[in-house]
Amino acid sequence: MNVDSTLITALARLLIFPGLLFAVPAAWFFLWVERKAVALMQGRIGPPFMQPFYDFVKLIGKTAPDRPGVGGMLMRIWPLLAMASAAGAVGLLPVLPTSGGFEGDLILLLALLEVPSMCIIAAGFSSRSIFAEIGSAREAILSVSYNVVFLLAIVSIAASQHTFRLETLATLPHTPLRWIGIVALLICLPAKLHLNPFSLPNAEQEIYSGPMTEYVGPELAMWELSHGLEWIASTGLIAALIIPHMAIWWLAALTFVAICFGIVLLLSVVASATARMAIDSSVRFYWQCTLIFAGLAAVIAVATPILVRLKQ
Amino acid sequence: MCYCRRRSPWLFHMNSGSCNGCDIELIAALSPRYDAEQLGVRLEASPRHADILCVTGPVTAKAVGAVNTVYGQIPGPKAVIAIGSCPATTNVFIDSRTLDGPLAKHIPVDVFVPGCPPRPDAILQGVVKAASILAERNNGSQPAALPVVIGEACGEPCFRASEAQK
Repeated sequence: MNVDSTLITALARLLIFPGLLFAVPAAWFFLWVERKAVALMQGRIGPPFMQPFYDFVKLIGKTAPDRPGVGGMLMRIWPLLAMASAAGAVGLLPVLPTSGGFEGDLILLLALLEVPSMCIIAAGFSSRSIFAEIGSAREAILSVSYNVVFLLAIVSIAASQHTFRLETLATLPHTPLRWIGIVALLICLPAKLHLNPFSLPNAEQEIYSGPMTEYVGPELAMWELSHGLEWIASTGLIAALIIPHMAIWWLAALTFVAICFGIVLLLSVVASATARMAIDSSVRFYWQCTLIFAGLAAVIAVATPILVRLKQ
Repeated sequence: MCYCRRRSPWLFHMNSGSCNGCDIELIAALSPRYDAEQLGVRLEASPRHADILCVTGPVTAKAVGAVNTVYGQIPGPKAVIAIGSCPATTNVFIDSRTLDGPLAKHIPVDVFVPGCPPRPDAILQGVVKAASILAERNNGSQPAALPVVIGEACGEPCFRASEAQK
């Protein structure tokens, strides 16, 4: 593959599928599914189908009042950076069977998935609101606790199959180890997406809106969009690990969307059925309970090649 | 844009010295029985995110500063709903030396929902009226329009959320 066609493929993935052209409507759809699922669980009818779109357009049209003593430029950059990196992460997902990709794109995907969370931390501190600072501190603590498990699970899956290339990883046969890793990843998702029982950073009503307290109009719209894109990127990563290899492209894309939808539904139902935990219990949950899964996966990943070599 | 504004009113609730009766009714309007989310209503925690300011209470002298600050923090275009009889007339607390009401003395009010306390369906109707006022409003400029008064006292029929969606 020469340089030109690689560039065109990369651009097509970033801008068309599974990039922005697909991901932005899909992000709105997933945000709607989340709200609708919570409403149905509470015995309500819930928001109309187009609600996230209405919210986005309305927020874009708002004017910002004066915010004395607040760094305006920084506050405009953080949501854009979060949105761009989440879109980049979506663009890297191996949805189509021959979608290109390169050696080590899994590491890039993990880095891009982490950027929105960093942006939220920085955004809270740069808005100079006391509630935003509390939210950012919580986000930082939570990020340290779930990322150990998240990264350990991904790395052990990748190390056991000897590749850091997403496309190869997606086509390799499923092992029991991969399923253990997927369970560990699924447990990390509520914390990554700020859902109950780990909705600590944006704890509604408790610390106002957490890091987002001071964000207005278009900036808030970008945060909402980046949150939706994060939904797609993180559920898409798990979907890519679950889906068996398929030669027909439309079947692969359809299965990908269906599995993402299933994960969103599962997480929303869990979110509406649980209450918010305190920060120390959340950290304890990840470091004591979930670490077992990830640790088990890592031990198997390291031990299997050694055992195989010893047998020979 | 107008349509999106009308279909996505986000509320910020402010208590300016209320007895809590109207606050409970406002929360009841957002509960599963009335389900305001069908209309796109969300109760926001920060005034920076809100479109509509819902004020309850007769505006005590100590609350005046807070009312003005919160009104200033809401990005334009914005609307104000006075929930209950207290912000409209100061109600039974009239002539109290601890009050600096009514609300319209300090900020422009678009919709009055009288009642002590008003019914949740009257509050919802007020939100829908405020959202349609908001949709017609340009950024920044606040045209001086006559405030709307909602309620069974004015002979308006009982309100259902499903009717407003049509």
